Amino acid sequence: MNKNRLIYLIIFSAALFFLFSGCTGVTPAPSPEITPAKTTPAAGAELPPISLTTPTNESTRSYLGLSGAASKTFSPAQIECDLLLIEIFSMYCPYCQREAPAVNQLFQLMQNNPKLSRRIKLIGIGVGNSAFEVGIFKHRYNIEFPLFADENYIIHNHLGRVRTPFFIAVANRGAEKNQILLTKLGDFSSPEIFLKTLIKLIKTQTKGEN
Amino acid sequence: MRYPITSIVLTLFVTLFVSLAFCRPGICAVSENFRESIYDPGTLKPIDSNLKVKVGDTAPDFSLPAVSGKTISLKDYRGKKIVVLSFVPAAWTPVCSDQWPGYIIVEDLFKKNDAILLGISVDNIPTLYSWTGQMGDHLWFEVLSDFWPHGKVAQSYGILRSNGTCERCLIVIDKKGIIRYIDVHDINQRPPLETLIKELEKISKKQK
Repeated sequence: MNKNRLIYLIIFSAALFFLFSGCTGVTPAPSPEITPAKTTPAAGAELPPISLTTPTNESTRSYLGLSGAASKTFSPAQIECDLLLIEIFSMYCPYCQREAPAVNQLFQLMQNNPKLSRRIKLIGIGVGNSAFEVGIFKHRYNIEFPLFADENYIIHNHLGRVRTPFFIAVANRGAEKNQILLTKLGDFSSPEIFLKTLIKLIKTQTKGEN
Repeated sequence: MRYPITSIVLTLFVTLFVSLAFCRPGICAVSENFRESIYDPGTLKPIDSNLKVKVGDTAPDFSLPAVSGKTISLKDYRGKKIVVLSFVPAAWTPVCSDQWPGYIIVEDLFKKNDAILLGISVDNIPTLYSWTGQMGDHLWFEVLSDFWPHGKVAQSYGILRSNGTCERCLIVIDKKGIIRYIDVHDINQRPPLETLIKELEKISKKQK
């Protein structure tokens, strides 16, 4: 192989690398490596892979049962509870803004019931939101449950780009661990009724295990 | 030479072009609020105009009708408030519908920096009324229509695109009427809020 041909091949390979890595020197597109899932999450399906940044706040880690976690990231399956409720939201979403007080109320109902507070956990994931934007949402609505940023829409793509707000209830213990038990797009009619639905799901799970 | 420099440059150029063509826009307007009511124009040329102003220039003055029924003039804020102009390309499109609703919940950050926000688009008042009505109850900032003469204000700033819409652009004007920050953003993506807030804080500090 002559020298010129070799140089050409090196440059051509570099060009291809830039093409497929999405590193073109312009504003990076959000999560170019993730192909959006064709379907949105539904009951009976497995929760798609989700990686969340381990909170630095000790009380948040304690709520999630991650007190000893040394890793920078964790998966929802590591959260200690029977049932995990995930709210997919965006601080830019008017619907999520309107729904925030009701979600807070749901969280308080869970926390105020000693039998439930350890069995059901609630987290929120801000799709297309930076940590700063998630922080604004948390501060604006006095949200006490843990919120995570999905700035580059990686999780949002795994979830088939669901509209917001979107709620996913996942079994987090037992044989059905990681299985989606319920999904809900938009608002829930009342926090009390929604909580009853979640309690029923736990009971059904427990029966299944016996 | 069998593989001249021109062919190498050509390869890089083609690669860059293809990369840009496949760059996905921001996945915005994810809110259930806008279900079925958003027109998606697809990926657009990121910037399609030639800016006529720069940081340090006096901001071109304007008077425009607002959705509130008022007529808003830029000069009215001179000596009183820092002004953020948020130009958005068009109502009922994905990214725009996912930008101003976020500003609705950060009124306190604007107030803290003694700033006000003016939202501007080239849509007419009825369209803007209907669109912003979907964004919640507390639209605390004025929404202005640069519809007629069509895009005159956008044109004066050099941000009117070739198809008659305007750029997605943030301009911060200090209390003396001097432009202190310009972000003519990729039309396909939402400008990060933290960048704007950081700029506001810097400008506000200098004004004190």
